[in-house]
Amino acid sequence: MGKLLVKNKDLVVPGEVLVEGMDYVPGSGVFREGEMIVANSVGLVSVDNRLVKLIPLTGFYAPKKNDTVIGKVANINFNGWMIDIGHSNFAMLSLKEATNEYIDKKADLSKYYDFGDVVVAKIISTTKDGTSDLTMKGPGLNKLVNGRVIEVASTKVPRIIGKQGSMITIIKTKTNCKVVVGQNGKVWIQSENPEEERKAIDIIRFIEKESVKEGLTEKVEKLLK
Amino acid sequence: MSYTKRNDGRKFDETREIKAEVGVIKNADGSAKFQIGKTIAIAAVYGPRNLYPKFLQNPEKGMLRCNYNMLSFSVDERIRPGPSRRSKEISLVTERALSPAVDLSTFTNAVVDVFVEIIQADAGTRCAGICAASMALADAGIPMRDLVAAVSVGKVGDKLVVDLNKLEEDYEGGATDVPIAVLPRNGEISLLQMDGEMEVKEIKEALEIGKKACEKIAEIQRKALKEKYKGD
Amino acid sequence: MELISKNYLISLLDKGIRLDGRKLEEYRKIEVSYDISEHAEGSARVKIGDTEVIAGVKLETGEPYPDSPDEGNIIVSGEFLGLANEDFESGPPSVESIELSRVVDRGIRESKAIDLKKLCIKEKEKVWMVLIDIYVINDAGNLQDASALAALAALSKTKIPAYDEETKKADYKERKEKLPLVKMPVECSLGKIGKHIIVDPLLEEEKLLDARLTVASIGKVVCALQKGGNGTLSIEEIEKMLKIGIDKNSENLKVVKK
Repeated sequence: MGKLLVKNKDLVVPGEVLVEGMDYVPGSGVFREGEMIVANSVGLVSVDNRLVKLIPLTGFYAPKKNDTVIGKVANINFNGWMIDIGHSNFAMLSLKEATNEYIDKKADLSKYYDFGDVVVAKIISTTKDGTSDLTMKGPGLNKLVNGRVIEVASTKVPRIIGKQGSMITIIKTKTNCKVVVGQNGKVWIQSENPEEERKAIDIIRFIEKESVKEGLTEKVEKLLK
Repeated sequence: MSYTKRNDGRKFDETREIKAEVGVIKNADGSAKFQIGKTIAIAAVYGPRNLYPKFLQNPEKGMLRCNYNMLSFSVDERIRPGPSRRSKEISLVTERALSPAVDLSTFTNAVVDVFVEIIQADAGTRCAGICAASMALADAGIPMRDLVAAVSVGKVGDKLVVDLNKLEEDYEGGATDVPIAVLPRNGEISLLQMDGEMEVKEIKEALEIGKKACEKIAEIQRKALKEKYKGD
Repeated sequence: MELISKNYLISLLDKGIRLDGRKLEEYRKIEVSYDISEHAEGSARVKIGDTEVIAGVKLETGEPYPDSPDEGNIIVSGEFLGLANEDFESGPPSVESIELSRVVDRGIRESKAIDLKKLCIKEKEKVWMVLIDIYVINDAGNLQDASALAALAALSKTKIPAYDEETKKADYKERKEKLPLVKMPVECSLGKIGKHIIVDPLLEEEKLLDARLTVASIGKVVCALQKGGNGTLSIEEIEKMLKIGIDKNSENLKVVKK
């Protein structure tokens, strides 16, 4: 008989045994060892029927297809741009995917995106060895001018965005800031008013800190009043 | 020579007082402090990040790279800043002690850097460093099969003891130091060194009591990690 | 690390506000703690905002320099530890860390903060060498001021070990007299960006500065200067920076003395 040694939402750390026996199936953040299911990172236990996994509380960003990410132009070569998206390998933005217009191979590529430019792009493919390809063709994918990019833990991004973008909409409307959130934990903020910008940053930091507490939306609304 | 009573009043299988804290260096992806008696280690983890030179990159698995260092004023006789033969060797054995616990397949072509600094030394610095580093890796969210706990065991005079302090290491009746690291869930050993003389039977017994001490240390490490994240 | 363009930073400064919400001439909160490492003759930790630096002082016996046979000497070294910033590498000291420790050294040496004659054990033969080692634990900008303050705080708690007549060396089992620290030099770093002058720059600001000036002073007297960055400063700008620097230094000294 399988035995579940933890409950939903229990905080666990690497090496802790969550299940003894074969009745449960390991999901993300856990692994099977012999007849046990063991946590491999710091997270909250989630048991859904027979699936046991962790909601991660820390971790590094791993690129996934269809992720919207914010990055900085790190290098320019013949084929396009190398974008630093905060992953160990630079992501590649090819000439073909850079804009809707045709870019000649002989063109000065820095006229489109120069070193240090900040862009919002979408991941179109990833390979097993950690490289990924980007596109900037699509709504909302462009160069981000005149703002600042703060870093948050990528594990907290879903909370900052909220269900169907509910949280980020609250932040934008209540602070009048322009905000773009990348799945890679980079958040671009721009405002004409430095106090409102400060408010947006403070509230994002608050969500990052309180991410798994109950009633987060209400707390945020109260703080923004 | 009979060692009847430990110089600081501890039981023979008792470690010194331990304090552990996670999240002590803001810039780092993960960090921790581990204090055992008067020995204080801090560790920081950066990565996974780009690995250069490129020929070191491996598409099948990532690299764990450790750097152990003692601050110049952590001991009475000042240490010249910069790497030494000793610190290089300890960096290497630290890497080996931690590697079995880390899932390197999750960051191919990249490196995770672990920096261990000894702020204050009173014996057992490499073990304290490994304990701090293991918590820092978990704090950074590097997937791990288990935490790693480490302690030195050994023989002072005629007695097997856990967690020798400096006075015991220098005991005039002779002392043997055996630093070990343990993956507590299955009790496997990932660091083993020895300095001195012991019989096979004694070594086995020392490893057993060291393993028990490491289980207690792991409990303290888990608690410290949860302390940081429970507010989340 | 935040990403920010120089134009955007300047547009914030035009509105009188810094990246972290500070005013242009506002210093971050400073915290000092002492005796952080017991084998050091004196040690301290200084936090300026999120920047953290520790300093330790060791005393060793050595021979005096021929041109100052009755004086002890000071050696300051600084290390940017790999754990403090993702850009720092382990290995030999970087040129930046050498500059930092030399500027700390000049502040202490040129102000004659330590009465070196009192560190003479036997003229022409034996003197105390004061070895100040500075380690950066977390770099959130302005390591220079944090290092100078940490060195000063560590020196202020330093006690000289007993001198063992037999071995002609220090006996670290016993520490007796206080180090003769007779003056307290403090350093303040200022940055110029566009037409603005800021104090205590953040890491993100440091990367975008046109020029930097570090002012070491005691009371109203300046005892060391170091201009950094690739840009230039006008005489008027320097005068303004000196005045602000001297003021900040008197304020910050109170934190060490407390």
